[in-house]
Amino acid sequence: MSSNIYAATDLNLRKQKNEKILRILFLMMTLMLIAPVLIILITLIAKGGPILSSEFLFEFPRNGMTEGGIFPALLGTIWLVAVSLLVSVPLGVAAALYLSEYSSDNWFTRLINLCIINLAGVPSIVHALHGFGAFVIFAGMGTSILAASLTLAIMTMPVVIVATKESLQSVPHSFRVACWNMGATRWQTIRQVVLPNATSGILTGIILEVSRTVGETAPIMFTGAAFFLPFLPESIMDQTMALSLHLFVVATQVPGVPDALPYGVALVLIGLVLLLNAVSIAFRMYLRGTKKW
Amino acid sequence: MVDTTKNSQLSVSNLEIRYGNDIAISGVNLNVQKNEIFGIIGPANSGKTSFLTALNRMDQMTENMNVSGDILFDGINVRKWKNTYGLRRQIGVVFPLPVGLPLTVYNNVAMAPRLNGVNNNDDLDEIVERCLRRAALWDEVKDRLNSLGSLLSGGQQQRLTIARALSQEPALLMLDEFSIAVDPITTMRIEDVLVELKKDMTIILVTNLVQQAQRLADRTAFFLNGRCVEIGETKDLFNGRVKHQETNDYIEGRFG
Repeated sequence: MSSNIYAATDLNLRKQKNEKILRILFLMMTLMLIAPVLIILITLIAKGGPILSSEFLFEFPRNGMTEGGIFPALLGTIWLVAVSLLVSVPLGVAAALYLSEYSSDNWFTRLINLCIINLAGVPSIVHALHGFGAFVIFAGMGTSILAASLTLAIMTMPVVIVATKESLQSVPHSFRVACWNMGATRWQTIRQVVLPNATSGILTGIILEVSRTVGETAPIMFTGAAFFLPFLPESIMDQTMALSLHLFVVATQVPGVPDALPYGVALVLIGLVLLLNAVSIAFRMYLRGTKKW
Repeated sequence: MVDTTKNSQLSVSNLEIRYGNDIAISGVNLNVQKNEIFGIIGPANSGKTSFLTALNRMDQMTENMNVSGDILFDGINVRKWKNTYGLRRQIGVVFPLPVGLPLTVYNNVAMAPRLNGVNNNDDLDEIVERCLRRAALWDEVKDRLNSLGSLLSGGQQQRLTIARALSQEPALLMLDEFSIAVDPITTMRIEDVLVELKKDMTIILVTNLVQQAQRLADRTAFFLNGRCVEIGETKDLFNGRVKHQETNDYIEGRFG
């Protein structure tokens, strides 16, 4: 017995066994998480795949939305996302720059941060009603792409702010101190050293935000998205159709829709989100590759 | 040490630095002459770095830091100097850990002159080469000026930060324990550089290597627990001609 002091004791063996059991347990949990994703994707591809074609993507709905394509809804979603980005990105990045680079840690800054967290926690239906009251009625925009996009922008602003703040703060503080000591102002420091090294992170955050915006339904329902329109929007003051609302409509509101149609719409919607996520992941990998310190 | 005003680069009186309610430094009075190397020695937490931070008004950029007392730089009170960015351009700083900015070697050195409005490429080329030569780095990097400064070795990065600090022709160069992350050979090279630079500027050398102060400094101050215990000619201090026993104990390594 004393000849081999490295032999496993009973306690060691028991620990090793526990280790194996736990490993398997955690693996099972992980698999359970990815199961819904796989089920959703497989179902959508199986049932909605056959209907996908260039006509489906680029034609108008026909015959009370029971036939034809989804072009106005697809285009409308792109409109809504683009306009909301034009608003939320400049405002969100500016706010994050202030919070991360200019403000000192006092009650005012803490209050702002608290507000941002709360804004992120507001249910989307509340955002929808706020957008309806504030933009559609009070600001007199009517139900329009502009009103819907502004509602989406307010809803997604916290994501932009948090993502931007995080990527700004991942740039080492010593870089800033070195610049300040050279006589650079805060803005010169941001412009020369902080932003160039945070851009990829900010872009990643923005793309993730877009992928969330694409799927939102409630906020645009009262503010600018239409049930059905026989024409394309001509300006941001027009109403538009949107993919997410269109899915809701063809799945529940219109009688006589062939089974494959809602699945096809859902597949396009999820495909758009996955595509954007893939771009975001590619950005992140690129970011890791260009890390300069 | 008779002349305290005429030839003085820096004159500090009654300096007190607080972080919130904690006093980091109090009652510091000292003069730094032009073109001397002024050594500051003392154990950790004795207020050496805080002292440097106050000199170029970086307390403005540091949370919770309060400075009171008078600091005269070239006879002008820095506390009343409105253009603190201009002040910082007059004072070069080198940190304990080398900070190579994530820019090319060239841009690391050219950045400060550019921010200050130098845009002519020939001028910039000339500044970059001159500063890198003065920092004894030119020969090692002249073929890769366009590679990233943050990827140089530690010793090279530290010389790069010195070149960067020199890029605005400062009147005062402050080095904060520059040799902490640098090998002995590079340290010796930088020390030679400093002796050379002394002809053109004043140097404040904070160091935790007592022998480094002995080798380089004309005069040395000993800081302890936020007080400036003693200031004297370096050769006096290191030959036992001290006024306070604490100084002697620290220099001879009989401390704490």
